[in-house]
Amino acid sequence: MTVDGTAAAAEVELLRRLRAFEGRPAAIAGRAKDPVNEPMIRHWCEAMGDTNPAYTGPEAIAPPTMLQAWTMGGLSGHTGRSTAYDELLALLDGAGCTSVVATDCEQEYLRPLRPGDTVTFDAVIESVSPRKTTKLGTGHFVTTRMDVHAGGELAGTHRFRILKYAPAARRPPSQPESAVKPQRPRPVINRDTQGFWDGIREHKLLIQRCTACATLRFPWLPGCNACSSPDWDTVEASGAGTVFSYVVMHHPPFPAFDPPYAVALVELAEGVRMISNIAGVPYDKVRIGLPVRLEFLRVDDTLELPVFRAEAG
Amino acid sequence: MNVGDALPPLEIPVTRTLIVAGAIASRDYQDVHHDAELAREKGSPDIFMNILTTNGLVGRYITDHLGPHAVLRKVAIRLGAPNYPGDTMTLTGTVTALDGDTAEIQVTGANRLGHHVTGTVTVTLGAGA
Repeated sequence: MTVDGTAAAAEVELLRRLRAFEGRPAAIAGRAKDPVNEPMIRHWCEAMGDTNPAYTGPEAIAPPTMLQAWTMGGLSGHTGRSTAYDELLALLDGAGCTSVVATDCEQEYLRPLRPGDTVTFDAVIESVSPRKTTKLGTGHFVTTRMDVHAGGELAGTHRFRILKYAPAARRPPSQPESAVKPQRPRPVINRDTQGFWDGIREHKLLIQRCTACATLRFPWLPGCNACSSPDWDTVEASGAGTVFSYVVMHHPPFPAFDPPYAVALVELAEGVRMISNIAGVPYDKVRIGLPVRLEFLRVDDTLELPVFRAEAG
Repeated sequence: MNVGDALPPLEIPVTRTLIVAGAIASRDYQDVHHDAELAREKGSPDIFMNILTTNGLVGRYITDHLGPHAVLRKVAIRLGAPNYPGDTMTLTGTVTALDGDTAEIQVTGANRLGHHVTGTVTVTLGAGA
């Protein structure tokens, strides 16, 4: 089995184990650490800047959006949390999804909470998503649904979704960025350009020629721009050319390239033009009309590119 | 109130104090809501507002506008771009449905990164609204 295949099988197995938690309890007979009380309501309202008079005075109710706050474990930990939920989080931690962020909260308020109410709650693991890639990283969404009771009555429901994820874009400390030189981009090779890259492998720069009207064309295209014929053969470039135009890249720096460098439009002796790099002269010595000659640059194990070297003299 | 009515926007300066006070008032001691250093270790550029605070602010936005007799029935929110210190979140709302004295209001909280929160609030309008 390939490395990719092994990883895919592991992912399927992880998802099977994650899905097994669906329907299992997340919290059983949880009990709020404090009864609904005026100080916590006041602290909440101060933080939110909420001056609604409904939340103060002898007839005060708690802000309905505080629903979840009453059920929070705080620094001393959760009460009533099920072993299933802890196991689910541990399984995700083990899969590298060590970070957590809340993404959705859906609450329904059936009766107001008032100071003195004792809050209890039960929750179920509703669903665990397949692996998702987000801006933050790759992970799984876990959705729970909680029923919140006060004085024996259902006071509200609370559906909550978190993303347990492996943070993206963090380099292992043993591999600083500078140690691994990014690869140059790979060419896109398809049925329209295959012949060109086959030629490069044999150190031939091939130009397409329309067999109907003999017009040369470059870069490679499926049909002739002059007569629309789809039929073609190739001619091998002699390798001689001149710089038709150029730019010097300073910014932005792309990975795998070290600016400043010259990007030239080279006119081949056959008349077509191609974009390439100029070797053998500093970037600031490239000039329009500079005579150049084709050579092949071995970039790495799997990539060889046609470039042009300034002709001496 | 009519379907299509827009609520006046509410600007919330996202201060470090608001983020920390909201997290503590909601008993959420996750370090990413109060400890910038640990937040950065987890790949976040700074601390960010917790969902309970966002939920509270969305509720406040509706009742600020509709008054103390309005009763929140449902608040359903989804978070997008985080609320980091120094940003401003502008809450806007549009009435999307009206059934007797119950209104459904679509709420968006936008910061300079995009939509921090989108959601729907169902509210019963009290006397005088």
